[in-house]
Amino acid sequence: MSEYIEHDKDGISVGLVEKKYFTFADPPDTMVLESNARLGPVTIAYETLGALNQDKSNVILILHALSGDSHVAGYYSEEDQKPGWWEIMVGPGKGIDTDKYFVICSNIIAGCMGSTGPSSINPRTGIPYGFDFPVVTIGDMVKAQKALLEHLGIEKILSVIGGSIGGMQVLEWAVRYPDIVVSAIPLASTTRHSALAIAFNEVARQAIMADPNWSKGKYYGSTKPNLGLALARMVGHVTYLSDEAMRRKFGRRLQNKSDFSFNFDADFQVESYLRYQGQKFVDRFDANSFLYITKAADYFDLRRQHGNGSETEAFAKAKARFLVISFTSDWLYPTYQSKAMVKAMKKNNLDVSFCEIEAEWGHDAFLLENERLSALIRGFLERNFIELQKKK
Amino acid sequence: MTGVSRGLQAYTMTQTTQTQTIGLKRFDLQVIASWIKPGSRVLDLGCGEGDLLLYLKQNKGVRGTGIENRESKVALCIAKGLSVLQGDINEEVLDYQEDTFDYVILSQTLQQVYYPERLLKSLLAIGRKVIVSFPNFSHWSIRMQVLLTGMAPKNEQLPYEWYNTPNIRVITLQDFRKFTRDQGCTVLKEVAINTHHHNTKGHIVGFLQNWRATYGIFLIGKGDKT
Repeated sequence: MSEYIEHDKDGISVGLVEKKYFTFADPPDTMVLESNARLGPVTIAYETLGALNQDKSNVILILHALSGDSHVAGYYSEEDQKPGWWEIMVGPGKGIDTDKYFVICSNIIAGCMGSTGPSSINPRTGIPYGFDFPVVTIGDMVKAQKALLEHLGIEKILSVIGGSIGGMQVLEWAVRYPDIVVSAIPLASTTRHSALAIAFNEVARQAIMADPNWSKGKYYGSTKPNLGLALARMVGHVTYLSDEAMRRKFGRRLQNKSDFSFNFDADFQVESYLRYQGQKFVDRFDANSFLYITKAADYFDLRRQHGNGSETEAFAKAKARFLVISFTSDWLYPTYQSKAMVKAMKKNNLDVSFCEIEAEWGHDAFLLENERLSALIRGFLERNFIELQKKK
Repeated sequence: MTGVSRGLQAYTMTQTTQTQTIGLKRFDLQVIASWIKPGSRVLDLGCGEGDLLLYLKQNKGVRGTGIENRESKVALCIAKGLSVLQGDINEEVLDYQEDTFDYVILSQTLQQVYYPERLLKSLLAIGRKVIVSFPNFSHWSIRMQVLLTGMAPKNEQLPYEWYNTPNIRVITLQDFRKFTRDQGCTVLKEVAINTHHHNTKGHIVGFLQNWRATYGIFLIGKGDKT
């Protein structure tokens, strides 16, 4: 997702932010995971923006997608070349207004951006976990985030917001902790992956595991499976775009040449783009984390976990007000999946709004600047903030 | 104008609409609003930019939901702080439990519905009462046009040509009364009004309604059950 990150074109930013860490579940009180495996100690990386108000009623929790991190907006230093991944949405006067709200962005466990994951040191062996790291689920990620919120003394969340795998965490939060979540915004998300989405994830995982350098996950300290991870990222990028987005962005244009090379160099711009994105990704992401997070996303099934197979029953416990958003050109998490969750929410008499935003950029549309998306989120948050104040 | 300043402007606008009260411009909506009891649950089908829902929320403490199929209008409604679903009214009404709403409003849309019988049945299932308004096709000016010009009539309420009109149903006040009788539901209240629907002011027509009214507004109950 990082390819879209740019400075705010009007220079409006929340400014300097700091990555913080919270560690819990120290042995012997380790965290019990959904698989019944145990994990501990668990560290979560997080960042906060804006100020918590007196009655703690202005908390917004932002949850990131596959390759994101806790760095949602702002800069780490004056020299920083890039702001956080949702700079266009989060900041003073923006869709998620840091002048009004206290924004928390939490990294996910199993990741590689500061939270405990397969590249962390296993306290029992003194070397990185690698494939000894237990398989975690979206539910486990959310339980760890809940521990962070408790640590911060937060008892109500005005809104939980996230796209894609972040949206899965949003749904999990709303169903698992109904008394804490006042409102929820799942963007370009689903209650469970389709076979198509699982298929692409599996191709990406196989690309990593087929790389001889992967060494069954024990590559730390030696050559990393960069070819496999780059290829996995290339597959991912195809699924995040759309036919139209690719036609507009690349068409059949050639990369720095006027004719075919008649060999297997990157002739087309789209080839060159994918190779570049793949290579860039290996510098910042861990191959094992990619395997664990995609598996968690594939396992995620709100119906199975919370509804005995029924989408309607899955939302029976939820109390939040929902704003569900899908994008017309998103074929990875298509609109019908958002509509299915909306239907289930309606059947449970939940207060839900739904908008299918017209956008040509495929699944990635939720990360791109979009006036309509900002206005929708701003209005929805405003309303929930006003109504929460009235209740008090 | 830059993206952010446009964003900030939209921000200021939503601020205003969520905290300041507004009046209703359309006379037919004023009539409909006057029928709705404070604090009730309302479903507005084809809610447009949400004027009626916002008015009812601010002035009558109504818990409202809207259904609208145009993305731009849905976005405007949600930005105003309303609960609105993007979708087709015929499908969206099927997901609610019985009597979820105190009132279901179908304003200026009946003339565009493919299966009015089926829709009315669904609305009476999910709502205790249904409010329907539509342009009266037997207004004298329409009758005169057909009689004198021999061509499909056009006026301010029905401004389209026969080949591009979304108004596929030709309904008169008389027709609708008969329709409700045939469907076995009860007309609890009805009003015939004379106005262009964009005008703030209008008046209620008492005499020779089927000739003189431009719009009819009906409050319908479930027949024997009510």
